[in-house]
Amino acid sequence: MWSDLFLLPFLTGLCLALILPVLGCFLRLRDEWLAALAYAHVAAAGALLALVGGALPALGGMVAAALAGAGKRLFARRLAGGAAFALLLLGGWAVAVLLAANQPLAERLGHALFDGQLYFSGGAQLALVAPWAVFAGLALLLLSRHLLLARVYPDYFQARHLRAWPVVLGFDLIAALTLALATMTMGVMGGFTLIFIPAWIAFRRAGSWRRGLMMAMLIGVIGYAASFFLALWLDQPFGPVLALLLIALGLVIA
Amino acid sequence: MSTVLLQATGLVAGWQGPATAPLDFTLENGRILGLTGPNGVGKTTVLSALAGRARVFSGSLEMRPGLRLALQTQDVPPVDGLPLCGRELLALTDASPDGLPPWLAGRLDLRLDRLSGGQRHYLALWAILRAPADLVLLDEPTNNLDAAGVAHLAGALRARVADGSSIVLVSHDHDFVAQVCDQVAVLREVHDVV
Repeated sequence: MWSDLFLLPFLTGLCLALILPVLGCFLRLRDEWLAALAYAHVAAAGALLALVGGALPALGGMVAAALAGAGKRLFARRLAGGAAFALLLLGGWAVAVLLAANQPLAERLGHALFDGQLYFSGGAQLALVAPWAVFAGLALLLLSRHLLLARVYPDYFQARHLRAWPVVLGFDLIAALTLALATMTMGVMGGFTLIFIPAWIAFRRAGSWRRGLMMAMLIGVIGYAASFFLALWLDQPFGPVLALLLIALGLVIA
Repeated sequence: MSTVLLQATGLVAGWQGPATAPLDFTLENGRILGLTGPNGVGKTTVLSALAGRARVFSGSLEMRPGLRLALQTQDVPPVDGLPLCGRELLALTDASPDGLPPWLAGRLDLRLDRLSGGQRHYLALWAILRAPADLVLLDEPTNNLDAAGVAHLAGALRARVADGSSIVLVSHDHDFVAQVCDQVAVLREVHDVV
């Protein structure tokens, strides 16, 4: 059971189960939870494009998500009101499906990305995800006050001549790259589940921001660990098991 | 020692175009300036110009270099559904909870969306009023406050300027302005001066 075959995927997913719910709280704070789906679909399309082009899929996914995160600022005025994320989601999905339909190699990887299979992660994936999760956690900690201030007191933020763009750009890049790694590791919907549901429960139940982050992280880790072993025991794909388990948990306690 | 923080001479402010009659005032540190006038004369627009949000179309507005501003607008902070407690709100602006009224001091660990509208408004106002700043800009601070809240606010404003900072407040409440302000600038309708 605890051979590398299962331990490495478990540890890789655990790192993501720690950081994704926290990122989900900040995305929800900014009314950008749709970004999770958008970046995940763009990352999936980027991974398939890279595979077809003979490059590393993980690299392709991360580059595509990072470009989407940074590039959406260029069209901010035209894409206000969350339109950017909807268009990225649709574009990513369309490219991924077309590639999968026309390239046998892309079809196999596409299935893995959209089915949410965690058990193919190896040491290389863990070596990428673990340090990134630490970095993203520290970065969110540093950005936390400005992100909250920009949401609650946007006028104060402006009056103090605090520059919003480094905070927003930094956050967008962290969100995009974290979602890209999550998509490569546990699939589009597995990552989205850990972004959306723990944060949704925490926002409804927590008494403060700090407790909300802790609650979201705890729900993410417990839900993840339970789903990992349940999916293994039942011999089912990980992503759908995680989603159903957290939906049930959310409906009971939210 | 008195220092001039702010001097407006023939100030005409607006957004897309000029929206206020010319206005003159000088504000020194440790003083409270009230901006009053009928609805629609542009009190909030002048306040926004002081904060650098609205444009100055003519006249001049000189501010002491390096002036730290704190701005409270009439917009309610969007805290519905957000797990943010009062203590965390104050920490965001580095505002001290010392001096809060008793009916609020004991509720700092509650989520803001569990407080009444008046309590929430006062706490949001307090976070700006007690933020480290040389000049505090307040737009209709007595809105949503009951008599006890207004009375406490009057004392808090005087306590705030005692440390040398200054306040510009917009209010339609003439009694409140007369009670707390050291000087008052009355805005006129634009057509009155054309």
